Amino acid sequence: MISYQLSIFAENKPGRLAAVTRVLAKEKINIRATTIATSDTFGVINLIVDDPRRAEAALTKAGMTVTLNQVLAVVIPDQPGGLDRLTQLLLAEGININNAYGFVLESHKKAVFVVSVDQIEKAEKLLDKHGFQTLDAEALSAVEPFHYMKY
Amino acid sequence: MYWEKEIETMDRGGLEKVQMARLRETLARAKKSVHYGKLFAEMGLDAGAIRTVADVGKLPLTTKEDLRENWPYGFLACSRDDLIRMHSSSGTTGRATVIFHTESDVAAWTNLLARSMYMAGMRRSDVFQNMMTYGLFTGGLGFHYGAEKIGALVIPAGAGNSKRQIQLMRDFGTTAIHIIPSYALHLASVFTESGYDPRRDTKLRMAFIGAEPHSEKMRRKIEEFYGFKAFNSYGLSEMNGPGMAFECPEQHGLHIWEDNYIVEIIDPATQKILPEGEEGELVATTLMREGMPIIRYRTKDLTRIIPGPCPCARTHRRIERIKGRTDDMMIIKGVNIFPIQIEKRLMEIPGVGTNFVIILDRVDYGDQMTVKVEVQRGFFGGNLQQLETLRRRIVEEIKTDILITPKVDLVEPDSLPKSEGKAVRVIDNRKD
Ligand SMILES: [Zn+2]
Repeated sequence: MISYQLSIFAENKPGRLAAVTRVLAKEKINIRATTIATSDTFGVINLIVDDPRRAEAALTKAGMTVTLNQVLAVVIPDQPGGLDRLTQLLLAEGININNAYGFVLESHKKAVFVVSVDQIEKAEKLLDKHGFQTLDAEALSAVEPFHYMKY
Repeated sequence: MYWEKEIETMDRGGLEKVQMARLRETLARAKKSVHYGKLFAEMGLDAGAIRTVADVGKLPLTTKEDLRENWPYGFLACSRDDLIRMHSSSGTTGRATVIFHTESDVAAWTNLLARSMYMAGMRRSDVFQNMMTYGLFTGGLGFHYGAEKIGALVIPAGAGNSKRQIQLMRDFGTTAIHIIPSYALHLASVFTESGYDPRRDTKLRMAFIGAEPHSEKMRRKIEEFYGFKAFNSYGLSEMNGPGMAFECPEQHGLHIWEDNYIVEIIDPATQKILPEGEEGELVATTLMREGMPIIRYRTKDLTRIIPGPCPCARTHRRIERIKGRTDDMMIIKGVNIFPIQIEKRLMEIPGVGTNFVIILDRVDYGDQMTVKVEVQRGFFGGNLQQLETLRRRIVEEIKTDILITPKVDLVEPDSLPKSEGKAVRVIDNRKD
């Protein structure tokens, strides 16, 4: 299953993330996970939300620079070695991970790892074959928000 | 093809005769002004000593400071009752300079604009939207009168209000516009945001761009987006304003109307006249101005005369697009740099948006140049690596050109102050 990640180009200045969350809160869009990658003066805010297309439209309307990218949301066991199995598998097939971050679904049981890769279809098939479960946008949105906060 | 074929294609000998006759009249008139009257008397200037056009070099130069010192009427060569119009320079530093026109001055200026626009291809069937500030600024009224003289339908839209500009274009089938180049790029992003494509949704076929120096790359970028030809216009309020020099369909240099102006290129440091083809400061003498003739005015604009004839058969010599102004020049770590050099480089890099600003700071007693560059909308693919690669490329490209390593910040599209007037390209925070 392919899922979607929103990326927002933002200058490193106070209030940028707050501006993003304000727009999404107003639209009643739930944020599942967020990471921020920064360079010296600018960065990229990545978001997993329950309604990516509506979020994209709302943020664009608010004047932000947004893109929607396909990612894989991979369910992995929340235990030592769980993530390693996934990354080794991708490495062995020559699939490049551009960005990855995770959140826990059920403490010590399941975690979701969001990976942005260069050959998404190949990666999806590969994971499928090796018994990894991947979540689509709908399944992701069914995840209880901020569950990972319990960690 | 020609607005005034005879004068536009007159051979050099004939043209110089016209210039000489008009120079004599100009000197006789100028003498009536407080400034030149006093100056000529002090110099013991004998009008008889000026026999050829080249002798204009013996006359004193006039500067913006002279205009300021004689503000407001010290250059007036006629009665105030004969004046019908005043204009003023944008006056970014010090007191603005004021230029007065008589009825015949406005008529001569209007004719030059009609000649220029006609040369570029505008006709009475065109719908001309003038997107320049009206009022004291010469760009608005100057073009307005010229376009009316051709007989085009003029929409005096004025500057700004981008959404309304697009609406007017669509409602009335605008075919020609007059626009500041940096604003043309800004308007392009408004077109895109509104879901319109000027190639598909308008009848635009030509543009006159001017009022600020811009690179060839920037012109091409504008032409490509709008799907029209953009003609470069040059002028300054002290010399009337636009219509002083203009591009012909060849788009290779601007014909300077030598029946109305005598032009020279001087070395700005030594004030010596430079040989044809060499780059320096443009100096111009009005030949058709009754109310306020100005002799050998230092424009502070850097250009050169392009040697050789133009394929369009006009004999009036061409100047190259303005490279910069002597007072726009930045001195960074002892190196002379013009904002247009940076612009030229930026326009060549895919992913660069419409606007940029150069910020100069003094850090630890050294100069630091920071260039804030807007990222092009649609370029952002969601990953930091891509932005970082673009940023490094910009640093490298600028460094190759000016040999100084700038600090480059990428900023969001449309986040820099919008320019509906002339773009602010340089912010100099270096204070001693
Ligand atoms: Zn020509």
